[in-house]
Amino acid sequence: MFELLGIPPQVLFGQLLLGLINGSFYAVLSLGLAVIFGLLNIINFTHGAQYMLGAFGAWMLLNYLGVGYWWAVFIVPPIVGVTGIVLERVLIRRLYHLDHLYGLLLTFGLALIIVGFFRQFFGVSGLPYPPPPLLNGGYNLGFMYLPNSRAWVIVASLIVCLATWFIIEKTRLGAYLRAATENPTMVGAFGINVPLLVTLTYGFGVALAGFAGVLAAPIYAVNPNMGADLIIVVFAVVVIGGMGSILGSILTGFGLGLIEGLTRVFYPEGSAVVIFVIMALVLLVKPAGLFGRSV
Amino acid sequence: MTTDTNPIAMAAITSVGAAGMPRHHLAIFAALFVFLVAAPFLLYPIFVMKVLCFALFACAFNLLLGFGGLLSFGHAAYFGMASYVSAHAAKVWGLTPELAIIAGTLVAAVLGLAIGSLAIRRHGIYFAMVTLAFAQMIYFFSLQAAFTGGEDGIQAVPRGHLFGLIDLRSSEVLYFFVLAIFFAGILLIYRIIHSPFGQVLKAIRENEPRAISLGYRVNRYKLAVFVLSATLAGVAGATKAIVFQLASLTDVYWTMSGEVVLMTLLGGMGTVFGPIVGAAVIVTMQNYLATFGDWVTIGQGIIFVVAVLSFREGIVGVLAKWIRKPL
Repeated sequence: MFELLGIPPQVLFGQLLLGLINGSFYAVLSLGLAVIFGLLNIINFTHGAQYMLGAFGAWMLLNYLGVGYWWAVFIVPPIVGVTGIVLERVLIRRLYHLDHLYGLLLTFGLALIIVGFFRQFFGVSGLPYPPPPLLNGGYNLGFMYLPNSRAWVIVASLIVCLATWFIIEKTRLGAYLRAATENPTMVGAFGINVPLLVTLTYGFGVALAGFAGVLAAPIYAVNPNMGADLIIVVFAVVVIGGMGSILGSILTGFGLGLIEGLTRVFYPEGSAVVIFVIMALVLLVKPAGLFGRSV
Repeated sequence: MTTDTNPIAMAAITSVGAAGMPRHHLAIFAALFVFLVAAPFLLYPIFVMKVLCFALFACAFNLLLGFGGLLSFGHAAYFGMASYVSAHAAKVWGLTPELAIIAGTLVAAVLGLAIGSLAIRRHGIYFAMVTLAFAQMIYFFSLQAAFTGGEDGIQAVPRGHLFGLIDLRSSEVLYFFVLAIFFAGILLIYRIIHSPFGQVLKAIRENEPRAISLGYRVNRYKLAVFVLSATLAGVAGATKAIVFQLASLTDVYWTMSGEVVLMTLLGGMGTVFGPIVGAAVIVTMQNYLATFGDWVTIGQGIIFVVAVLSFREGIVGVLAKWIRKPL
């Protein structure tokens, strides 16, 4: 049995795997924030609550309708996205002519309302979500044991991240989107329905949060507070990466997850704050963020 | 964050009293003073002290948001950390309450300097996210550090003897100590707002590139107001720890940062008296609705949404429009 720096390999790779899973959630959530920010210029504080909605959506489908996990993966994100579209059409839309900070305050208030309702009706103790049979078990890779449920989270979020990147960077719809980010008035003049594009973009970003929530349901307990602390870490991830680049968000998310996992091995006390420390260092050295364009 | 009122133009048409303060401001301060001196005999003193601590907290926050135009979403860090240090100083080191409060305040000032100097490197919503993230870091630190007592917090903090002489165990006596701190804080903030420094801040808030082109070192002004705001938030937090004899994780959590934003927004950001009104409304709401559990959170969320969508001037801002004078 060999050891790396005095750490048994099972521990090291186990924590790296956990870090990669956290990184998957950081990547999907910060990607959603970046997509929304690019076009709407607001920071979606409701994102954590919408992630929680995704997890509760999966839980409700299973417990009220008997619909299983694999259906939930496809059904829940669009539903959460539609709730986001309603919010955008009814409320957020009214703030576009104002300072962007009002968007932050509005979505913060919405998050309080949504989380408050779920705490009132479901309590804070957390509800179990049994993983589907396919995700039980795992593979022995020789140096570590890889549970299927964890491998699935990483693979699924990678696929979704890369698909998002493909849509935005390589398709015609994505070209409209990028153009509208640069100059919405000009894009509107070419006959493209920019308000509709904005609404759909918000819905898509929110659906990404819902998707992350579904992925989280079997791993973490389904809990109204599950998104609140996570979203603040994701904000730090976004500050570190900058929101200029889609691939940048993905890389930063996974990378920071790995760093967090490594910290948990070598200096466990620091694992909760390491991302914030990195944020401080990035602000000192490269204030615009690693992939950011402007301050 | 622009306001409809133009303070300079309004100051010109407002009659000015003896102390260089517009007469109606002087009258409001006098009325507030009379009311607050009488308040402990009419209301529950602990409740009024809670309002005073949060009002000072909100006024300190408003100095940054309303006059500096900087939205910090992490003011709980300074409030809560000062509260921990003050509680620790009074309980473990056995300092007198005024020294404990000073210790807490100093720590808040240093923290404000450290976080502020990093946060002002970004603008707008990034600034808000950076301050929020650092505040969360302080929260995790408080959760793990030994002296904060983790989930229990620091309980049974002695109120002690003011200057080693006056026994503060009686809430009525303590009240006047807190009242003195509150008024000193509010008047200091008033002075800062109406100083040349405050005028430069408003210029930066309205048009930062123009302020830079006029030769102002904008980042120094921003950092100065950030540290001042964090320090005064620290005074409020440190005092709160002595009043309630408790410092806990609630004070450093992001919900506290959100509450102070709500108080300022509801009362009227960029007004002198708005945050006091906002704090009074929110604390009263929390007090009377405490038994309804999470409905308080839902209520606060609804107030947020309504205030942002259709009540952006806040209570005092609307009053100021009616009487056509800055409040």
